Amino acid sequence: MTDTTAILAHLQAVQDEAAGLEHGIKQDEWGRLVGRLERRPNLVELGIYSVMWSEHCSYKSSRRHLSKFPTKGPRVIQGPGENAGVIDIDDGQAAIFKMESHNHPSYIEPYQGAATGVGGILRDVFTMGARPIALVNALRFGSPDHPKTRSLVAGVVAGIGGYGNCVGVPTVAGETQFDEGYNGNILVNAMAVGLADQDKIFYARGATPGNPIFYVGSKTGRDGIHGATMASAEFSEGDEEKRPTVQVGDPFTEKLLIEACLELMATDAIQAIQDMGAAGLTSSSVEMAASGGENGEGIGVMMDLDKVPQREEGMTAYEIMLSESQERMLMVLYPDKIDIAKAVFDKYDLSAEVIGETTDTGRLVLTQFGETVCDIPVAPLAEDAPNYDRPWNEPPKRAPFDISKYPEPEDYGDVLLKLMSCPDMASKRWVWEQYDRHVMGDTMDSSQSGGDAAIVRIHGTNKALAICSDCNPHYVAADPYEGGKAVVAEAYRNLSAVGAEPIAITDNLNFGNPEKPNTMGYIVKAIEGMAEACRDLCFPVVSGNVSLYNETDGVAIPPTPVVGGVGLIKDLSKTATLKGAQPGDTLIVIGQTNGALGASLYARTVLGLKGDALGAPPPVDLAEEVRIGGFIRSLIQSGLVNAVHDVSEGGIACAAAEMALASGCGVTLVPDREPGDQRAEPGLFGEDQGRYLIAASEEQRREWESKGFMPATLGKFGGDSVVLETGWGVEGATFTVPLATLRAAHEGWLPAYMGAVD
Amino acid sequence: MKTAVIVFPGSNCDRDAHDALLKVTGKAPAMVWHKDGTIPEGTDLVMVPGGFSYGDYLRCGAMAGNSPVISQLKDHAARGGYVLGVCNGFQILCETGLLPGALMRNASLHFVCRPQALTVETANTAFTSAYQGRSDVVIPIAHHDGNYFADSATLDRIEGEGHVAFRYAPGQNPNGASRDIAGILSDNGRILGMMPHPERAIGASEGGDDGLGVFESLLSAA
Repeated sequence: MTDTTAILAHLQAVQDEAAGLEHGIKQDEWGRLVGRLERRPNLVELGIYSVMWSEHCSYKSSRRHLSKFPTKGPRVIQGPGENAGVIDIDDGQAAIFKMESHNHPSYIEPYQGAATGVGGILRDVFTMGARPIALVNALRFGSPDHPKTRSLVAGVVAGIGGYGNCVGVPTVAGETQFDEGYNGNILVNAMAVGLADQDKIFYARGATPGNPIFYVGSKTGRDGIHGATMASAEFSEGDEEKRPTVQVGDPFTEKLLIEACLELMATDAIQAIQDMGAAGLTSSSVEMAASGGENGEGIGVMMDLDKVPQREEGMTAYEIMLSESQERMLMVLYPDKIDIAKAVFDKYDLSAEVIGETTDTGRLVLTQFGETVCDIPVAPLAEDAPNYDRPWNEPPKRAPFDISKYPEPEDYGDVLLKLMSCPDMASKRWVWEQYDRHVMGDTMDSSQSGGDAAIVRIHGTNKALAICSDCNPHYVAADPYEGGKAVVAEAYRNLSAVGAEPIAITDNLNFGNPEKPNTMGYIVKAIEGMAEACRDLCFPVVSGNVSLYNETDGVAIPPTPVVGGVGLIKDLSKTATLKGAQPGDTLIVIGQTNGALGASLYARTVLGLKGDALGAPPPVDLAEEVRIGGFIRSLIQSGLVNAVHDVSEGGIACAAAEMALASGCGVTLVPDREPGDQRAEPGLFGEDQGRYLIAASEEQRREWESKGFMPATLGKFGGDSVVLETGWGVEGATFTVPLATLRAAHEGWLPAYMGAVD
Repeated sequence: MKTAVIVFPGSNCDRDAHDALLKVTGKAPAMVWHKDGTIPEGTDLVMVPGGFSYGDYLRCGAMAGNSPVISQLKDHAARGGYVLGVCNGFQILCETGLLPGALMRNASLHFVCRPQALTVETANTAFTSAYQGRSDVVIPIAHHDGNYFADSATLDRIEGEGHVAFRYAPGQNPNGASRDIAGILSDNGRILGMMPHPERAIGASEGGDDGLGVFESLLSAA
């Protein structure tokens, strides 16, 4: 039996500043809270304030800097502020996408942490009326030598696959990197892309008073109720047992929820909709109320928590409001459509209840057991959340990298093998073979080909989306401004390299503790660098997520602002990938090679350098990126290339080796410099930005020449080896690596590491 | 040819099955919801699609194998109708007893999705006649439980009667399946269960087009 009197007394007890602190409400925030409320909050109200004013929900440390991002563009239908960004992909269709982190839960419980990360990002997309059509994951783990890394990789990959495979959305692209900087905090960033008709997009905003609030999906349980300090809030006196705070995913229910929501969205029943993500029923109801009204003036919400479908007995209003149980949605329906909605959810055997209604009071009013347990104005929760201008220090500038301090390698073939088999560059087949990449039948190109961006057809059309995710945290650590530019520029290149028009990005900013001015400096400068690149490349940010406090024992992760890029391919017959090179094709580089080895893979992996010794990263010339990106796209449009690959980590040598592996055709690289001149590493392994490799046939090259393009040729495809010629006729200056040897090294590292050689 | 696709809660290759059947037969299949749907009279082929019916939270296919629509499926099979079960559909057909054996967890314990080289064991069936003169094909797989198992006597019998339709190519068994079996036929040759996804290999995608033969064979048989 539930003792409702005792529960109510507990919930309605007026709280003090100490309780506020336990909830993470700092002293000045407590003053602001009491001032706006004109009284002290009870327990339920305090819990609601604490989550709404948390970093996660309020972006209080990053908000003023995020506003520097350009968020508008000719194809942007919805920028940041809704569940996901929406872009126009012609013909009345829209792509809806977002990336989000699930870093902390994935470190604690890798399978469920990663799985629910996928589930959450899918909901952000189908909440808006989109059928999810692609998933992407950007993963960063600690050093392979760290004792936890192997089990974290295994758990995260299994969790992503377990969820994504079951819901039937293909996982088409991603990145997996390793660095000791992530030993204590791994990064699991998941991106979902969906497809909708522009006249069938649903928003959290726009609910008007007097309409029913409809709860659908899984029942609410005690999972995910926020954390460690909360034991005293459990209503079993003296019971200090803490529930695990990681939620448990149920991809089967998610699949049903997708189908049911899309089925209901095909009718005109829904006025506003919001998924229950972080802070569950609290944030979903508050956000819908705050953005409600015909002109966004805000409305009120009244909910009877006894009507919320519950998985466990004796749950309190506090627990119900803060639960992060997965696979739940909140909708505002039109009053005469309740029966239609109930019938749809009944078909899929999902819980669906009217739990309240929208009001014109501007207040969030909650009742449990017939009594009011919360009555607070909505506006302060959303609009008055703290917005800090955290102090920050200018990140130190690193000296340029000087290769002359280091000996020249004796065997360039060994260097190539070492780079191509190092943890960051080695094939991630072990990862992506655990993901269903083909369900839905529209995957044209995926991780399977190791290309720059996945290509996913728009169902039933000859159009496609190109999708990629990128971040080189080593550049950002070396110089957050240039590194931030490079992150965005690489996404731009990856989309251009497959022939897509880059349209917009979603960002996932992973950093350490923003209360430390040094860390905050990296956050500020990286955002400013990214923002400049977004502006110059006409590549706006339409959605995103910030994950701060990725720190353990005072050590922050490397600054890791990940972006997910989406581009449009208007005609699927006009694409390129890295795998089309034919014997006899010429290898051509487009873009300027200066030999920048600062913060490069070569410096890290071959020279074994760390930190400041890595030097400054390659600078990014955004005007050149635009010019060259456009040129590459026009070459692909005109069918004047057999293969295209963006040059990134490992420089030209690794990019050419990847093209050779993908096509099964060897390649010979000749030196791109004067006889007797300098050393070969900068040209082969330098990571100058704004470059692409191209394989073109003789016939294609004649076409180029007839149009006046006389590009630098780097070598020829043919044979069954990668041959590096590092000098002009110099004895011993030709290094040959058979493709089979290269492939074995490239493919071998990860399965050997995971102990899973088939 | 008149076709139908059964849709269970958690099926996720139902649309792909629909599209493949539409492409090859020129007519959209009836989509039959497991709870209250009806397999239309005169249906030649019922496809049981892949996915994770009921989340595969119990043994794969066990829940779906007891779903309301299954009695209609059995009636269809008893009338000599064609049935094609792919991936989860194969698992379901084994659970219903329409095909012998069972599909266990992959030997690697991992989900595996890859282009899979197969050997067409016989072109002398309603599902494989289009592969005449062509024994090596590549069709994508994507499963966690594709490790086909039956006792030796059953395996001997299936093989002896020519009811192995597809095997994984020599040395390329992705899941530990007994005798490299990738797809088997019923005694009357009218039911095929296979782990590879022919509906994902119908051209113009990363899956290639080697799966078309299964549907083209059926079209000429029905």
